[in-house]
Amino acid sequence: MKELERVNNPHGDDKVMDACGLFGIIDTSGRRFSGEAVIQAITNMHDRGNGLGGGFAAYGIYPEMADHYCIHIMYATPASKPETEVFLKRHFTIAQDEEVSTRKARGIVKPPVLWRYFVAAEPHCPEGVAQDDYVIERVMEINTQIEGAFVFSSGKDMGVFKGVGFPEDIADYFRVEEYKGYLWTAHSRFPTNTPGWWGGAHPFNILDWTVSHNGEISSYGINRRYLEGFGYHCTMQTDTEVVAYAVDLLVRRHGLPIEIAAKVFAPPFWDQIARLTDEEQELCRTLRQVYASLLLNGPFTVIIAHQGEMIGLTDRIRLRPLTAAVKGDRLYLSSEEASIRLIEPDLDRAWIPMGGEPIVGRLKVKAVEKGKIKARA
Amino acid sequence: MKTYIPPRFKVERDQERCIKCQVCVNQCSFSVHSYDAEVDEVFSREENCVGCHRCVIFCPTHALNICKTPLDYRENANWRPEIIEDIIRQAESGGVLLTGMGNDKPYKVYWDHLVVNASQVTNPSIDPLREPMELRTYLGRKPERVELERGGLKLKTKVAPQLTIEAPIMFSALSYGAVSLNVHESLARAASEFGTLFNTGEGGLHRKLYKYGKNTIVQVASGRYGVHSEYLDVAAAVEIKIGQGAKPGIGGHLPGEKVSAEVSATRMIPAGTDALSPAPHHDIYSIEDLSQLIYALKEATNYTKPIIVKIAAVHNSAAIASGMVRAGADIIALDGIRGSTGAAPKIIRDNVGIPIELAIAAVDTRLRQEGIRHQASLVAAGGIRCAADVVKAVALGADAVYIGTAALIALGCTVCQQCHTGKCAWGICTTDLSLTKRINPDIGTERLVNLLRGWSHEIKDMLGGMGVNALESLRGNRLHLRAVGLSEKEMEILGVRHAGD
Amino acid sequence: MPEINVSTADMLSLDARGLHYKELNARLREAVAEGATDIELRNVFGQRYIGTDLDKPVNIHIYGTPGNDLGAFMDGPRIVVHGNAQDGCGNTMNEGEIVIHGHAGDILGLSARGGRIFVREDVGYRVGIHMKEYQGKRPLVVVGGTAQDFLGEYMAGGVLVVLGLTLKEGEAHRASYIGTGMHGGVIYLRGQVQPYQLGKEVGVAELGEADRGVLEEAVGQFCAHFGYDAGEILKTPFSKLFPLYLRPYGRLYAY
Repeated sequence: MKELERVNNPHGDDKVMDACGLFGIIDTSGRRFSGEAVIQAITNMHDRGNGLGGGFAAYGIYPEMADHYCIHIMYATPASKPETEVFLKRHFTIAQDEEVSTRKARGIVKPPVLWRYFVAAEPHCPEGVAQDDYVIERVMEINTQIEGAFVFSSGKDMGVFKGVGFPEDIADYFRVEEYKGYLWTAHSRFPTNTPGWWGGAHPFNILDWTVSHNGEISSYGINRRYLEGFGYHCTMQTDTEVVAYAVDLLVRRHGLPIEIAAKVFAPPFWDQIARLTDEEQELCRTLRQVYASLLLNGPFTVIIAHQGEMIGLTDRIRLRPLTAAVKGDRLYLSSEEASIRLIEPDLDRAWIPMGGEPIVGRLKVKAVEKGKIKARA
Repeated sequence: MKTYIPPRFKVERDQERCIKCQVCVNQCSFSVHSYDAEVDEVFSREENCVGCHRCVIFCPTHALNICKTPLDYRENANWRPEIIEDIIRQAESGGVLLTGMGNDKPYKVYWDHLVVNASQVTNPSIDPLREPMELRTYLGRKPERVELERGGLKLKTKVAPQLTIEAPIMFSALSYGAVSLNVHESLARAASEFGTLFNTGEGGLHRKLYKYGKNTIVQVASGRYGVHSEYLDVAAAVEIKIGQGAKPGIGGHLPGEKVSAEVSATRMIPAGTDALSPAPHHDIYSIEDLSQLIYALKEATNYTKPIIVKIAAVHNSAAIASGMVRAGADIIALDGIRGSTGAAPKIIRDNVGIPIELAIAAVDTRLRQEGIRHQASLVAAGGIRCAADVVKAVALGADAVYIGTAALIALGCTVCQQCHTGKCAWGICTTDLSLTKRINPDIGTERLVNLLRGWSHEIKDMLGGMGVNALESLRGNRLHLRAVGLSEKEMEILGVRHAGD
Repeated sequence: MPEINVSTADMLSLDARGLHYKELNARLREAVAEGATDIELRNVFGQRYIGTDLDKPVNIHIYGTPGNDLGAFMDGPRIVVHGNAQDGCGNTMNEGEIVIHGHAGDILGLSARGGRIFVREDVGYRVGIHMKEYQGKRPLVVVGGTAQDFLGEYMAGGVLVVLGLTLKEGEAHRASYIGTGMHGGVIYLRGQVQPYQLGKEVGVAELGEADRGVLEEAVGQFCAHFGYDAGEILKTPFSKLFPLYLRPYGRLYAY
């Protein structure tokens, strides 16, 4: 078994600490647009990162293959690719595979080999096992067992592009401007050490969920221990990973709406709860009692996305920034307003959300009905 | 028989300052001081002195000082004075050595080998005086997950009864009979004023204190003293006491002379009779029997209050705790080897059990491994001395702590270890009415509430430093602890890394 | 490359698009040293520290969205933002004026010791935090809209005015922990707040004669900048929030 922890956290710190700039756009009408604007926006927050990680998540970019899981894999060693492909063939039906298209870019050194596979879980997925669970397990197997191979994206009709470098350089390398999606998030990273490992960049992905995060969650130790109790392996040792698993647990496995999950991550204070109606009090109290170990305490802003939805959330005393803005069908989220203004000077509205209050952008029902976007089951 | 035990303390009286007011004579319940009117002088019988400082504190002219006798035995690392004197005492009496308070032997205090983290740069410390800082704690069984009604935001999940405390500190079991009613009243009123709970211990609850029931944990121990339906109904929670850190595995014995009229009425036994607490509960010889008693109490209280099971921390605490949770305990209380008592055989107190720090870590880890940590809260007791110990206990995985000795010190106790004599000069561990009046419940309440306030502020300071503003973010968060000077094995059990690592 | 469109001895107009803050601020320093008294910055998108280290009372008009720490450590210049400002505006400012024709982010006026800041619309968290006053210096912050939590947190001096003009009819301020830890200075608040929204160190009073004078002066200046009717604004009652204790923690410690 390979030690992903060591790869990602060479000094064996409690965790990998980083801060950063965040950006996200969703076009709620489902209209797809190039990644160019997102690149511009995140580049404008260059000074929030330090060149040790940049990345993008894009939704709606593979419409022709929307029924297939798209697995993005980075191969650090030549031997890891054939070994992984044997594994993939054994567990999936591979409909198509190709090298992820890249170009030479400034500041990009020693990139891994990058490959994408469109796969179906049938007929390998056993009866009674949810396909999503099946895929997660296989991804974890590759990531923890095949030396040199790392799956960094595994959702349907979406993809993550990330690596070591400033986001603008990563964008250039991955030709991000050539993709068209209806939802984009971007991350510029400022880690406190130099993992120098592509897999460590953000956004972090699990199925089609992606998380980009800014800040440092001081409750990390207990958040992680709690999630480990539900079978999650925190191999990346980052706050981002913990947020992603927490969202997966609450939303996918426990079936709670994202607005409720937000109340777990950034709950109202007890004295605020005391001023709610009896019914609301009971709800908030129960959430805090049951999910006490998932309170994300300390400074954070996260942009969480999955098919059809983008959520921005800050901690309950708002120690990290987030600006939201709307123009027509588009919702923007950014660490700094200037980045939104740069790509859309004429906004309908720009505002700074209250700490702990989620900002949710959802595809309109019409967009889903028209079949523009495949809604998740 | 002539005793070969020399006096332990020396009474120094400054004759120039002494005004012969006889306060010391009246204050000393061990008959050290006496006044001879003929020569107008105060004398001291030093062999009676226990070093409780009552006379020193109350001497109006600061004429008194008590210090250790400088008497030396020939140095011997093996046959230390305490061991020699214990043998002498037994040779002269043929008895089991009895003592009070907690283990005074220099076992490693793990609290003193754990340091706490603080935020620097990558995350901000939070200002606990200006920004909200939450210590509220709910104790009791929690469901594994929250379920909502289909398609709505209405709760489907119902949470089992919980105890609500405003800081993770409760008063440990101190039974009426061992301590006085005034002590019980002070504890009850302080718990009520501050927003926490006090624990009756096994001696029942005086009717005068029923009004503090919302802040009361009533104990059901092997002697079942004063246990009746009203007692169970009035409380916020019921604690089954299996064992206690000061004397794991053995019962208790309240001598008949302490069973006064009031104690008799509360314990519901005739005055003047010995009150024996058997070593085991004779309806619990196994884990399934514990379950039977837990559910008997749940039935008796109609499932309206959490049932606590308290055990002494011993070798297999992790496995025992796991069984207790499965048996239906909503809260587990663990009492470590430094836990105190009103009376215990010295040999037991000083040699049986394990340190609470290791027990918390082992139990928390085991319950998590088994996926049942949410099913019970964990309360740690036995040697919690200050706010830092509370913080460290919570970081290791405790939901809250019990304090006993610290609360008694707040009331005046100087840990002279004479509880078993019933002569407590501070009026705490006695039922002698001439002594119990030394605790004024108004002042006692104030002193206890002050202690809880002070510790709460300090806990908030430490939390803020770590960058969290709710206690739950520290609970079980062992990354906020580092060890100094512990072995690999100790760190493995505690689940902490070494400082600098 | 951005180009300088107009440049006379005392007037500079600069297109900031694509300029890194270091370059932009170097140009400002240079222009001010050469005697420019009026500067216009266009297409500003997030450049930080504008107005810092300019030691002359220069006028700077910013079109766009200036970055964090606008006017940090500022000592004299006058900045007008035709748009919104981000976080850290007026950080540890000593002297000067910042006028924002829009909203502003968190910790506006952090530790300011002097100068004036006027914001037409809302502001973020912890605005006016630890503002101080010293000798003749008394900072003033006037917010046209409403503020978020921790407004005036451990304020030690200065004047903070919140007008609530962006609130709808009957809508109350939402901020909690207003003035928490406040031990100096004064907040004048127009609009509704409940007692639970205030920090425990804060007292509420009606305005006295001296307060009216300070408030009228502040609102007058605000209205002059943004074209509101001061008389209309002053018609509605204000509450005065003041520190109950100069040493709120005098009884916290045991010795």
